[in-house]
This record gives sequence, structure tokens and C-alpha cells, in this order.
Amino acid sequence: MLDPLARLGRAGIDTLEQIGRGHLLLLGILSGFADLARRPRLLIAQLYAVGVLSLLIVAVSGTFVGMVLSLQGYYILSQFGAEQTLGVMVAASLVRELGPVVAALLFAGRAGSALTAEIGLMAATEQLSGLEMMAVNPVKRILAPRFLAGFISMPLLAAIFSALGVVGGYFVGVGLLGVDDGAFWSQMQAKIDLQGDVRNGVIKSLVFGFVCTWIALFQGYYAVPTAEGVSRATTRTVVHSSLAVLGLDFILTALMFGD
Amino acid sequence: MRNSRHIEILVGAFMAAGLVALFFLAMQVSNLGSTSTGDGYRVTARFDNIGSLKVRSPVTMAGVRVGRVSAIDYDSTTYEAVVSLHIEGRFDQIPEDSFAKIFTAGLLGEQYIGLDPGGSESYLTEGGELALTQSALVLEEIIGQFLFSKAQEGVKDE
Repeated sequence: MLDPLARLGRAGIDTLEQIGRGHLLLLGILSGFADLARRPRLLIAQLYAVGVLSLLIVAVSGTFVGMVLSLQGYYILSQFGAEQTLGVMVAASLVRELGPVVAALLFAGRAGSALTAEIGLMAATEQLSGLEMMAVNPVKRILAPRFLAGFISMPLLAAIFSALGVVGGYFVGVGLLGVDDGAFWSQMQAKIDLQGDVRNGVIKSLVFGFVCTWIALFQGYYAVPTAEGVSRATTRTVVHSSLAVLGLDFILTALMFGD
Repeated sequence: MRNSRHIEILVGAFMAAGLVALFFLAMQVSNLGSTSTGDGYRVTARFDNIGSLKVRSPVTMAGVRVGRVSAIDYDSTTYEAVVSLHIEGRFDQIPEDSFAKIFTAGLLGEQYIGLDPGGSESYLTEGGELALTQSALVLEEIIGQFLFSKAQEGVKDE
């Protein structure tokens, strides 16, 4: 009769345990940053894997999102005779929301899943245990550079996404639809605020980079060391990261722009 | 060794591209390029009603933006709004008897302050005050006046 209650309790304890393990792992990773200063090579290799290899998909998506925004925005705005504000609409939606959020979703799919699979396989083939046998701390040596690389890459990728989106929107709006060139930029510059919009977008992308990389590393490190376990962990990384990004985005938006 | 150098170059290019994108967002997309930092002077103007004027609204002269609204306060003794205007330093020859009016850009646009130059030989300086002002036009008041005058006409006709 008390079985359902016991199951609930076990689920609660498991969840708490997961949260605790996640934070302990994070502490371990953060304490590995000091060692990382002596081995910048490790960081550069990970910046390449996490940042440079994600660049193409982020750049292409950013350009197309900006172009579509411009097309759709023009359709609505021209009904009110407000085509001149197309630049404001494109830039505001990219810098405030779409840049950080879509770049983070792509980042979770492209880089996060790769991180989880790589670390999960390292654990499954006992490479991490091997490192420990040689008195090398795998958290500091393997996870810390990956975490820092994700944290650095994310805001840069989001900025590239937004910038290319604005350029794409410019080409469609001004080149294709015939919005006035000067009005596009001047209205944008008059309405987009460096502090309120650009800085808050960067803060968002920093938070998303932190969370996405943390989830990816946690899932990889604690993946069940079998083929099926690694595959499940990779799926969980993408799902959890995407949900975390969307949920956090709502909270951050409410805090930043909610007054 | 060559391979690792190749990777370093690509990472460098990635970081540079990211920083260029941030710079582009700061300079071209937002208003950093057009806001003057520090240089300039502050003058105040009192209005009976500022409508929906906001901090950072533009201040224009002959349609050219010469500054921004830097603060809006309320004077509880005279029941007036006290608007502080930050005028850019290069526009230092604005007559001190200039007329400040609150306009609306377009029918639904934002409100801004337009300055009409006066004839004085002395110019506005830091801490100066624009004595001549005209309040914002509030649509409801105009409609109210219109209805009132129509009603008056009706009374006369009878």
C-alpha cells in the first residue's frame, strides 16, 4: 500500500542526488581552471572542436533567420505603412531573443551532443579510468577545457548569428523589398540600446553557454557505459539543453525587459 | 606541429569573427556610434504636460538631432514637469530665448522636443533654462475642446 509513496520518495531522492552530483562536477571543473592556465593548448583544441566547427551552421542559420524575419516583418509592417521600422524589428528580435536562443539550440545540437558522445565513449572504453590510474584527474584534464571552450564560444557564436542575421535582413529588406537604406540603419540605431538590448543579449548567451556545456558534460560523464547508455545520454543532452535554454530565456527576459 | 598551428589559426579567426560581430552590434546596430559620451551640456525646460515624452527621446533643431532628453522630474510646488536636455557640445550656439515644443513624429510616432531658435545674442550654457515652452498636444484634450466648441455653436444657434 505504501509502494507508490516509496516510489515517489525514491524519485525525489534520485533527483536530489543528480542535482548534487551535477554541482559537485561543476565545482571540480571550475577548480580545474587553474591548471588550464598552464596548458592553453588543451583549451585551443577544444575551442576548435566546440566553436570553429559550429561556426558554419550558426552562420548559415543566422543569415537565413534574418532574411526570413525581414520578409515576414515587411509583410506585416507594410500594412501599417511602417516599412521604415523594419531594421528595428529585425535587429531587436535578433539581438534580444533569436540570436542567443537559436544559437544556443544549435549549439546544444551541434556541440553539446558531440561533447556528451565523446566523453560517454571515453568512459565506456575506460579511458577516463585509465587517466585516473595514471594519477591524472579526468575532470580537470578532460572536462575543464571543454567547459571553458563552450562558455567562451557561445557568446561569440550568438554575436555572429545576430550580426549575420542583421546583414541578411538588410539584403532582403533594402535590396529585395526596397526599404530605404538610410531609414533601415538610422531607425535601428535610434531604437536599439547598447545597454538594454545588446548587453542583455550577451548576458543571455553567456548563461546559455554555461548551462548547455554543463548539461552536456554531466550527461557524458555519468552516462551508462554502454552503447545504448551513450546514445540515451546524447539524446538527453539535446532535450535537456533545449528545455533549459527556453525556460531560462523566459526567466531572463522577464527579469531584463519585464519592467 | 603543423596541424596544431592550423587549428590555432582557425581558432584565432573564430575569436576574431566573434569579436567583430560584437563590435558590429555595438557600433552599427545600437546607438553607441551616435551618442556623445560626456561632452555636451545640460539645460532644463519646464512643461505643463509632457505627454508621452521619455528619457532618451531626441531633441531636434530644424529637424536635426542635437541632443537627447536625459531626465524627467516632477516639481511638486509648481505642478510642472522638469525635463533635462543633454545637448551635444558641438551645438553650442543655441540662443537662450529659444522656444522648446513637444512634437509627435507622425500620427503614432514617438514624441520629441523641437527647439525653435530665438533672437538672443547670448547662448545656452550648462545649467541654463529654456523659459519658453509649449506642452505636448494630448489627443483627448483636443477632441474635448472641439466637442466643447461645437456645443457652444449649438447654444448660439438656438
